[in-house]
Amino acid sequence: MSVTVRLQREAFDAANEIAALTRSRTDIGAVVTFTGICRADENGEPIAALNLEHYPDMAEAEIGRHIEAARQRWPLLGVTVIHRYGRIAPGEGIVLVVTASTHREAAFAAAEFLMDYLKTRAPFWKQVEKPGGKTGDKIWVEARASDDTAAERWMPAAVKRETAK
Amino acid sequence: MKVRYFAWVRERVGKTEEDIDPPAGVATIGDLVAWLRRQGEGYAYAFENPNVVRSAIDKRHVRPDARIAGANEIAFFPPMTGG
Repeated sequence: MSVTVRLQREAFDAANEIAALTRSRTDIGAVVTFTGICRADENGEPIAALNLEHYPDMAEAEIGRHIEAARQRWPLLGVTVIHRYGRIAPGEGIVLVVTASTHREAAFAAAEFLMDYLKTRAPFWKQVEKPGGKTGDKIWVEARASDDTAAERWMPAAVKRETAK
Repeated sequence: MKVRYFAWVRERVGKTEEDIDPPAGVATIGDLVAWLRRQGEGYAYAFENPNVVRSAIDKRHVRPDARIAGANEIAFFPPMTGG
């Protein structure tokens, strides 16, 4: 399986990443991409940008561990995960997940699985920059319980009980 | 051992990282948090609700009962909000 994980400041291009993953291969029958995009509002309030802080080495390791878990669960042929950090303006991509398999079921499921885990386990933190540009107007985004619930549905029941402790 | 702080934990502690030498008896992450809370106002504020702060040992998520013996790098941070 071809695996690409990149943490970067720069914007990414989903089409380029699909092309890179599928180039000169004829075994891939399905590619799914998910792109997380910065909105211009957070909790109904306008924002100027998001600033993402991350824990570099751990982020890469953690994403790699979840790709390995996905590979054990589904017959994947390729995975690309790109997560940006730094300042991200509304309309720009934050995260890209590309999964490739022979058939769509594995590609869809693995993309969703990876995103659910990225949200709750990959060490990134979003800070909202309010319009006006005053430094006092930076607010950390709070984690959402619904993201934990989304990740938990992939766990076996025994692990869920352990996590609930 | 090296300790790193991220996001609002970093802001409240007022440091990105530091080398610490906790006394004997500080065996777990939970013990370390309790000890750090007594190291000053910033630490007390960062760990005012220890259940909220997440931790990692050598770049892996751990629970408060994880033992810190042999750890090279411990990190404390808020619940993650990436993706």
